[in-house]
Amino acid sequence: MKFLLLADIAKSLLLARWKQTLVAAIGVTFSITMFITLLSFMTGLNDLLDGLILNRTPHIRLYNEIKPASRQPIQLSPDYKGNYHFIESIKSGGSRTEIYDAAAIMRTLKQDERVLGIAPKITAQVFFNDGSIDITGVVNGIDVVSESALFHFNEYIVAGSGSDIGKVTNSIVLGKGLADKLLATPGDVVQVTTAMGERFPLRVVGFFQSGLQDFDKTQSYASLGTVQKLLGKPGSYITDIQIKLNDIKSAPAIAKEYAQLFQADAEDIQTANSQFETGSSIRTLISYAVGITLLIVAGFGIYNILNMMIYEKMDSIAILKATGFSGRDVKRVFLMIAISIGFFGGLAGLLFGYILSSIIDQIPFNTAALPTIKTYPINYKPVFYLIGSSFSLITTYLAGWFPSRKASKIDPVIIIRGK
Amino acid sequence: MQQPVLTASHINKFFHDPVTSQVLTDISFTINRGDFVSVTGKSGCGKSTLLYILSTMDTDYEGSLVIDEEPMNGKKEAQLARVRNEKIGFVFQFHYLLNEFSVLKNVMLPGLKLNKYPVQEIKERAMQKLDILGIASLAEKNARQISGGEKQRVAIARALINDPLIIMGDEPTGNLDKKNSELVFEMFKKLAEEFNQTLLIVTHDQGFADRTHRIIEMEDGKIIR
Repeated sequence: MKFLLLADIAKSLLLARWKQTLVAAIGVTFSITMFITLLSFMTGLNDLLDGLILNRTPHIRLYNEIKPASRQPIQLSPDYKGNYHFIESIKSGGSRTEIYDAAAIMRTLKQDERVLGIAPKITAQVFFNDGSIDITGVVNGIDVVSESALFHFNEYIVAGSGSDIGKVTNSIVLGKGLADKLLATPGDVVQVTTAMGERFPLRVVGFFQSGLQDFDKTQSYASLGTVQKLLGKPGSYITDIQIKLNDIKSAPAIAKEYAQLFQADAEDIQTANSQFETGSSIRTLISYAVGITLLIVAGFGIYNILNMMIYEKMDSIAILKATGFSGRDVKRVFLMIAISIGFFGGLAGLLFGYILSSIIDQIPFNTAALPTIKTYPINYKPVFYLIGSSFSLITTYLAGWFPSRKASKIDPVIIIRGK
Repeated sequence: MQQPVLTASHINKFFHDPVTSQVLTDISFTINRGDFVSVTGKSGCGKSTLLYILSTMDTDYEGSLVIDEEPMNGKKEAQLARVRNEKIGFVFQFHYLLNEFSVLKNVMLPGLKLNKYPVQEIKERAMQKLDILGIASLAEKNARQISGGEKQRVAIARALINDPLIIMGDEPTGNLDKKNSELVFEMFKKLAEEFNQTLLIVTHDQGFADRTHRIIEMEDGKIIR
């Protein structure tokens, strides 16, 4: 009842000055609109750019690095303990890039509940023979099903079908850049020479385009079996195990654990791609800063308008106080005015923000680097709307607080005697 | 049996700006139920200052004030607001109606604030008060659309809405012409005589004061009669 009465008074004061109120509310609407749009667009873009790398990068990669033996024979000799060792007789050995007992490792990983999924992989350096020239390239042996499930392999296929490499024997999916160099179209046969000098004909079943041009100029994909055949290795031969975790943040710790457990090298995504996280967090920070600045400016608008309203309504405040409204009641009335400006302005802002970001979402955005993207990316995360609405309420509350306090402190005697 | 409504004892008031000066000196009097009292005196004699102290709006004074057997000293702002709402009706020189509301709503506001009766009943009571003052036909009009004399009568109706113990007026006819002044005085008289309403009116209009039941005359911050 009391609340309703105060709300009724607030409403009347608001409507009595509806033009000013509207201007204040438009200020809030505008800033919330821009806040929502800016953040949706910026994070959409961030997600897109991060996705370029992160979607296709395993959280942990298990492999055997080509490196010299970490314990040289001289270190084992007690005679030279404590001396500096100049002689390192055992050189790096590339003979076993294979992961030992890969099948057992994969079984163990599949049972680990922190792991979302795994995809085995073989990398083989090859030459693509085109007439008299040889183009260096890499054939990645993959398991199409798990590769698509975990790393969106199918989404990057721009011609043909990616899953055909699992069905058609001796088939290959070429990078778009590589295919252009080879003048190959799906259905053609390309000649591939391995590092060991073996020559193989492979049928092209599709192209993929990752968005990273250099990558597309050298990479190609075939099934695990095809690559094993290419290298003359048995069916158990695997050089990489790609692991996707449930929680990406735990990657560094788990990588360390696996490196020890499986006696292999383990690289986590944070170490491999640290620059991306920095970039996106700074872009997000800038968007928030701009959005909040807009809101604060709108808050000053509300502050001004309420101050003016209080000067105009001195008489009304005085009589309300004289007839029994307490300072707190008066304060509440003006706070209600401020918050309703924030509420309705903010609500309209959320709506317009949604509309504006939907419009941006429809604007065509075609770039050779990003084959799967047709329009500007927008992220419709509800959390932006939540932040936007709570910020609009908080800023208007603060903007209303000082004028309201002033109104509550007005001494009716001074006003009434002054007449 | 005389029943005191308001008792002021030994009230002193000082203004401190720019220099300390005493405006009220040792004011003591009692107003009983049903009294129609006027406070007169020349401009600057402190009669308005006294009224604002008695109205509880000004709390910066020495001495004690008892309204309806309840001491006002030491009460908090919100409690005093409650006392004003419930026990005191105000009529000022200027009407102070809220232009945003209709006449009826203006009258109803203190009643809604008191929240003693349901809205419908407050509305009926407001209509009844307007009727006593002969302006029931204006109820639905906007406060800014009516004349000065009518506004002052609406202000009186507003003062009456919570059936206050006492109505205080600060030059209620000061802004009105002869005819409207007369009308407003008649209203006060009617309230005092027919409804046994206690009234305390500050005025410098000697003609007005002479016709009230009791006159308190002030000079230089003291009661002289």
